[in-house]
Amino acid sequence: METLERDVPLSKTASERQIRKQVRGSRHDNTARFVFLLPTVLIILFLSIFPLVSSLLLSLTRVNFVRGGLDIKFIGLANYEKLLLGSGQRHFIGSLQAPSLFGGLCWLVVSGLMIFWFMRYVQSTGRSITGAFFHLLATILTIGMFWIVVATLGEKGVPGTFVVTLIFVFVGVFFQYIIGLGLALLLVQDLPGRRFFRVIFLLPMTITPVGIGFLFRMMTNTSVGPFAPIWVGLGLRDFSWAETGSGARTAVLIGDIWQWIPFMFIVLLAALEGVAHEQVEAARVDGANRLQLFQHIIVPQIAPVSMTVILIRLIEAFKIIDMPRLLTGGGPGTATESMALHAYNEWRSPNLGGSAALSYLLLFVVTFVAIMFVNIVRQRIGEHL
Amino acid sequence: MRLSKSSTSPFRLSLGAKLISYLILLFWTFIVLFPLYWLLVTSFKLPIDVSQGPKYVPTVDFQPSLHAWIDMLNPSDSANIFWRPYFTTIGVGVISAVLSLVIGAGAAYALTRFEYRPKPALIFIFFLCGVGAALMIALGVPWLVAVAVGVVVYFLLAQGIGWRFKGTMNNSDIAFWLISQRILPPVTVIIPIYILFQQLGMLDTPQALIISYCATNLPIVIWFMRDYFQTIPIELEESAFIDGASRFQVFHRIVLPLAVPGLVATFLIVLVFSWNEYTMALFLSGSRTQTMPLLVSAQNATRGPQWWNISVLVLLMVTPLIFMAVLLERYIAKGLLIGAVKG
Repeated sequence: METLERDVPLSKTASERQIRKQVRGSRHDNTARFVFLLPTVLIILFLSIFPLVSSLLLSLTRVNFVRGGLDIKFIGLANYEKLLLGSGQRHFIGSLQAPSLFGGLCWLVVSGLMIFWFMRYVQSTGRSITGAFFHLLATILTIGMFWIVVATLGEKGVPGTFVVTLIFVFVGVFFQYIIGLGLALLLVQDLPGRRFFRVIFLLPMTITPVGIGFLFRMMTNTSVGPFAPIWVGLGLRDFSWAETGSGARTAVLIGDIWQWIPFMFIVLLAALEGVAHEQVEAARVDGANRLQLFQHIIVPQIAPVSMTVILIRLIEAFKIIDMPRLLTGGGPGTATESMALHAYNEWRSPNLGGSAALSYLLLFVVTFVAIMFVNIVRQRIGEHL
Repeated sequence: MRLSKSSTSPFRLSLGAKLISYLILLFWTFIVLFPLYWLLVTSFKLPIDVSQGPKYVPTVDFQPSLHAWIDMLNPSDSANIFWRPYFTTIGVGVISAVLSLVIGAGAAYALTRFEYRPKPALIFIFFLCGVGAALMIALGVPWLVAVAVGVVVYFLLAQGIGWRFKGTMNNSDIAFWLISQRILPPVTVIIPIYILFQQLGMLDTPQALIISYCATNLPIVIWFMRDYFQTIPIELEESAFIDGASRFQVFHRIVLPLAVPGLVATFLIVLVFSWNEYTMALFLSGSRTQTMPLLVSAQNATRGPQWWNISVLVLLMVTPLIFMAVLLERYIAKGLLIGAVKG
């Protein structure tokens, strides 16, 4: 088994060729073909695709609970309109105000980069009409979404659940990756007791997010929590995380980051252990220092794994609901209410159509971010390595 | 792994660097373990010990009490709230993990060994028939009749107009389609699933939870296991075929035993997901099938959170998982890595 992971890259093409050969030789086992795949396809069809389509239909309706069933009325795009432009806008998007200077500058930089990206595609050789259309759409959407972020995070702006979710996702995944990578780099070293640390560092991942929500509510309590003496010493005895929006968000983020660092850590550690040792040795003999070694040998080799773990975490992080629900209850106001939690609250209110519309917007945002990540970041990384 | 452990490791260190590394590692160990320690001491506290401010060490700062543990664990207490959700969680978690592993491993194997050329149009027709059958069930037609009608209509349409459609998908399209289902946030699909199970009279049953978790975990299983099966050399299977073994025998006797490390890692990951799952349980389970995450969140009573109970519950919940993680930590890393390398 130890040899397995080192053999993987070498034998892959060979085994794929053989698989193809085998495939050709096995057209006759027809029963097996379907018995193996059919259950999966059926389950996915009925529990993912069917709900997905029904949810879309539901998001176009207003549902009332009446005696003996549901009264469903088709109302077109009114649910979406309400969330994006109407009375739900403040809750979902937030209150748009003039951004701070720093925010505005960031927005300009991002817009410039996106336009540059689009222009480069238009001038490239492999362009097509549909491609240009999708690139333009992506550019406009990114610029627009980023405007919402900077405009609601300005001094007077109030972020809605959309912006809150983006903060949770991007800030959370960023810190998870950085700290996870740092710990993995430390533990790939030849230190006695590595196995002990590896197991310990894994633990937070196994705790239910609900429990972590409560746990960090205790941890961040400034009067009876374990760090109360420190808070008192700092003169913050009456300070409460839950009273300010950014404080409450920080508390949720700390819990989320604490829980998911292990995931990044363990995969990156395995990737680092697979880094080709000959190259590292050779570079070292040539007199490369630690930083050069990291930059030119290690980073290129762990980049593909890094991209995949970040993508997985991005996708999963958008689903965040339990941590804010238990830690802060989404408050104060809507300062820590994620889109998933917002959809759940709508469902409870009960507003099934609005909830479905909201969850569809969430799906749209996740898919958009995932596609943009794969197309821009991965491509870029692939080009440079 | 063997290489980096031996003295040939490229990541050699001076004494100073070693010292700093240990300091950081110990600091992080504290960050990880202190909240868990706090859970442990809180579970022995009386309400008054919690509300009076931070108390760190049992018997020194406060008199430990077993009241919360007794409340939760005493099986003779008829008002006991713990055991039923605990067994529900274990049952639902393990069964759904095994089920998704069996189904998903089969699909992953099939996607690496067979060639599929399905027509999206036929899948769409099949799906429409499924929706039709579901609608009939919703309208009160007995489900056996509805399913039969759906199947018959599908075959009629497939035979009748299926040949007209030329577009086909290949294996990687199918794999991508299956894996991309993981993007779906549970809230997006949960309302129709809720209505579906309501119509089938399956709300608040373990089966509903098992099937739903199975569906959300299948993409992960397929993702990891497909990459794993690709690393298993095919010659072994070929020689078994020559000896006259059937496809199922080969899968069961040769492929699965070779894939044990991948299966174990995937099982653990999937188990952790369904063990801790909250969103879907919130919708689908009621008083009879309350799961542990719901029980934990229910401790946020009108009198405020029952910290001592929460601590006990979280500790009891996490113990089996920690135990398994310690035993199988190596498998987890390997399984995750194989999934991640291929992406």
